[in-house]
Amino acid sequence: MSDAILKVEHMTMRFGGLVAIDDLSFEARRGEITAIIGPNGAGKTTVFNCITGFYKPTTGMLTLTHGNGDTFLLERMDDFRIARHAKVSRTFQNIRLFSGMTVLENLLVAQHNRLMRESGFSFMAVLWPRGYRAHEEEAVEKARYWLEKTDLLHRADDPAADLPYGEQRKLEIARAMCADPVLLCLDEPAAGLNPRESDELNRLLLSIRDEEGLSILLIEHDMSVVMNISDHIVVLDYGKKISDGDPEFIRNDPKVIAAYLGVEDEEVEELAS
Amino acid sequence: MEYFLQQLINGLTLGSIYGLIAIGYTMVYGIIGMINFAHGDIFMIGAFISLIAFLILMSLGLTFIPLALLIVLIVAMVVTSAYGWTVERLAYRPLRESFRLAPLITAIGMSIFLQNYVQIAQGARVKPLQPVITGGYTIMEKNGFTVQISNIQILIMVLTVALMAVFSWIIAKTPLGRAQRACEQDRVMASLLGVNVDRTISLTFVIGAALAAVAGLMFLLYYGVIDFYIGFIAGIKAFTAAVLGGIGSLPGAMLGGLIIGLIETFWSAYFTIEYKDVAAFSMLAIVLIFLPSGLLGKPEVEKV
Amino acid sequence: MTDATRETPPASGGKLAEAVRESAMAALLAFVLTSLMLGVRTVDAPGGLGLQYRWHLVIGAMAVVFVGRLLLKLFWWKEDGGAPAAVGAASGRFAALTEPLRKFAAPALVVFAFVLPFLPIADRQIIDIGILVLTYVLLGWGLNVVVGLAGLLDLGYVAFYAVGAYSYALLATHFGLSFWTVLPLAGILAAMWGMILGFPVLRLRGDYLAIVTLAFGEIIRVVLLNWVEVTKGPDGISGIPRPTFFGLEFKRFGENTFHSFFGIEYSSMHRIIFLYYIILVLAMITNYVTMRLRRLPVGRAWEAMREDEIACRALGINTTNTKLTAFAIGAFFGGLGGSFFATRQGFISPESFTFIESAIILAIVVLGGMGSQFGVAVAAIAMIGGFELLRNMDWVKGFVESTFGIENFDPNEYRMLIFGLLMVVIMVWKPRGFVGTRMPTIFLGRERKAISGDLVKEGEG
Repeated sequence: MSDAILKVEHMTMRFGGLVAIDDLSFEARRGEITAIIGPNGAGKTTVFNCITGFYKPTTGMLTLTHGNGDTFLLERMDDFRIARHAKVSRTFQNIRLFSGMTVLENLLVAQHNRLMRESGFSFMAVLWPRGYRAHEEEAVEKARYWLEKTDLLHRADDPAADLPYGEQRKLEIARAMCADPVLLCLDEPAAGLNPRESDELNRLLLSIRDEEGLSILLIEHDMSVVMNISDHIVVLDYGKKISDGDPEFIRNDPKVIAAYLGVEDEEVEELAS
Repeated sequence: MEYFLQQLINGLTLGSIYGLIAIGYTMVYGIIGMINFAHGDIFMIGAFISLIAFLILMSLGLTFIPLALLIVLIVAMVVTSAYGWTVERLAYRPLRESFRLAPLITAIGMSIFLQNYVQIAQGARVKPLQPVITGGYTIMEKNGFTVQISNIQILIMVLTVALMAVFSWIIAKTPLGRAQRACEQDRVMASLLGVNVDRTISLTFVIGAALAAVAGLMFLLYYGVIDFYIGFIAGIKAFTAAVLGGIGSLPGAMLGGLIIGLIETFWSAYFTIEYKDVAAFSMLAIVLIFLPSGLLGKPEVEKV
Repeated sequence: MTDATRETPPASGGKLAEAVRESAMAALLAFVLTSLMLGVRTVDAPGGLGLQYRWHLVIGAMAVVFVGRLLLKLFWWKEDGGAPAAVGAASGRFAALTEPLRKFAAPALVVFAFVLPFLPIADRQIIDIGILVLTYVLLGWGLNVVVGLAGLLDLGYVAFYAVGAYSYALLATHFGLSFWTVLPLAGILAAMWGMILGFPVLRLRGDYLAIVTLAFGEIIRVVLLNWVEVTKGPDGISGIPRPTFFGLEFKRFGENTFHSFFGIEYSSMHRIIFLYYIILVLAMITNYVTMRLRRLPVGRAWEAMREDEIACRALGINTTNTKLTAFAIGAFFGGLGGSFFATRQGFISPESFTFIESAIILAIVVLGGMGSQFGVAVAAIAMIGGFELLRNMDWVKGFVESTFGIENFDPNEYRMLIFGLLMVVIMVWKPRGFVGTRMPTIFLGRERKAISGDLVKEGEG
């Protein structure tokens, strides 16, 4: 059992009077694929937004630990700092690509921070373009690597908006990978994909976990994805964690079944006891 | 103390005028999320139409003031509403599905067009009108300083209160008001439920323009002189008022207007008059930076 | 369940009746709009204002609207009120035909700009217009960084122009610094100003940001107008020294004059041509820097931010800094333009720095096609150059006066009217401006394909 790369401890998120997340605690382990599932409205995307800094949790601690021991307290950090320093990348439920830019340009933007350093914040490079060129080529190589991995190489110069839906989803993942993350957060990556595309996604995510050694956190409704590739599943309902374990355990947990099928509360208590 | 009271009265009067214009901004922003940059110039057109109407009536020999006022009010509201409707129909409706900045840029173009249209049609010089409503009441007299409230000030404040009451009732109780509020919340859903969204939006512009026309008439009577540029400055101040009060909130717009009117009057009275516009502009910056949802508005949470 | 009345196409008589009815309504609207505003003119008269009735204008307006609407409805518009399909197809074919020309258009324009002063048509007037156009091109390119690339709507750009102008004017008249010394300083001062102004407001949303920048621009203008001790208020600053050519002055008499050094006769044209080349070089520098930056990370970040700011933040980009950089660079070029303006005129006053200037520069950027350097240049040439040329052509004046019966037709009055109208028309018709496409900055393959403007976002600010 590897150590925890992300520790969520007693996180609560309140919007005015509405409690979206209620005292949530779980761990995502390094090098594993952790899935967060639950019925609609359970608060899954809110968890993501808190982890990636787009919301500040009302209370709780979110600790990210790198392999070398560096820790980051995510609940206090700004969204872009989490991406930049803590190296957490994410995708979005409603795809957010740079639609007026080409696929290749999208992947280069993801490498912005590294390239800024290498180009002297761009200003040195205005006056002395030569030194920068090599760095840009490196960046293009990395982009090419991910384009091949996601089978998008033939689309490199097409505007992102022209891609069909399935390819747009893959592009978003490729772009997130170009930012060199240690934790990849995917918000419903299989939404709207047909079974063949879901299989491709599964293979891509498994290869990311195995070959790149990344940890993945994913929100998903598609059980064929969740059950096939997750190492660990956390189940939410109405903002609370109702189950936590490996796929086999979750599949058979009566509380989970009840949440999805909408069984009366008394029956759940009966089942649990 | 007496000086303060006098400035208070002046400030509330000016604030009422700003408030009437601000309502137009806030209603349009509430329903389609755009700043109608040309709204200040609609106010200016209202002032000009009022002026022209007055002059025509006087040249026809109509001297009974209340009747003349009524006719001018109606004419100004009708004509100015027509301008408001036309502007929306021609310049804004085609861009409704477009990105946020497109309508703003069109609105700026429209504002420039309207200003120059009036300038060419009527000439660039200031236009005076001899005082139509005169007289007033002395409230108190102390230390040799009199605190007065003029009839025109009374008229402005009374009319403003009446209009506020009428329109608040319309928004809250009538089908039009309900349709308006529905469109503000969720335009697509409203149209799926049978609300004629285009017509509701057009009516919003018309109402805003009508109120701006009243403000224009009041401005003309109060200051006695207008020119084609008053829309620009008044527009920015009224927009500041709308934001200060909370964009999308009708009472907020009036409250914001009163506050801006008071700030401007007190600044001119106690500090310097040259920088009074700077006071208003700075107010805008301060409000937007520190209190973007305004006093009575709701903070917006962006969905990620 | 189809509506039976829709099955039968309306008889041409029915369509005509409908068209006439609509046009009559439109004409009635035109009457309401114009009867008082156009039909009656207030003129100065003893004791106040008098009235002048101009019914012919109202009738004319109604007639134009009626006939226009009728013709459009009958022959041009499709059933639902849109433009006929043929228009879209034709403009597509036009674009395809002119595609190969576009590669040459930009370099040809640059060459033309460089040789202009030596062409036979180039008299003083033409070169003056050239200088004016190039100033606006420079300012347009500067604002393009902020509005076109980064998608931030700045309505107060004239403030940086003013900072540049007053910096040079004050430093030159008080400390005797030369134009060349102050030029980069003015740019840097304007850039700093840009960052100071930008910092508190850059987290505001698009339209709010626009209004706040407008407010700042106005505040600066009022301060310039009233801070008389420093800026001399409405009187302005005069006696601003002209630039020298490596120390050689462009004067008729003096120790180190240009013409005596080169052994040629004095001509006032020398200084004008010199100024022309200064602004041309400044513009070229602006263009070069902008195009380089577009290919560098910061430029790409600007465009990405314009497309989707949240995605940028999710990738670790500090969008506040990115916005500040755009603001600062745009301001820098504005400052350069301002200094040039001051040295060219020899005199500046707050009147030159009104909101209208910001609006004109914005119009140039918008009409040119936001983000496109070439488009902005074309728009500046068309709008500024076009109007200047028209203004000086007396035959236009005569034509309009005789046809429309207007006395003293001054095209200048109509310039802003047409500007405003153009802004509205272009935004409604072609929100992307003249140049409808965006050229990506890097390609993996060999083919260079442009991206259609419909896919490119304008930015939320």
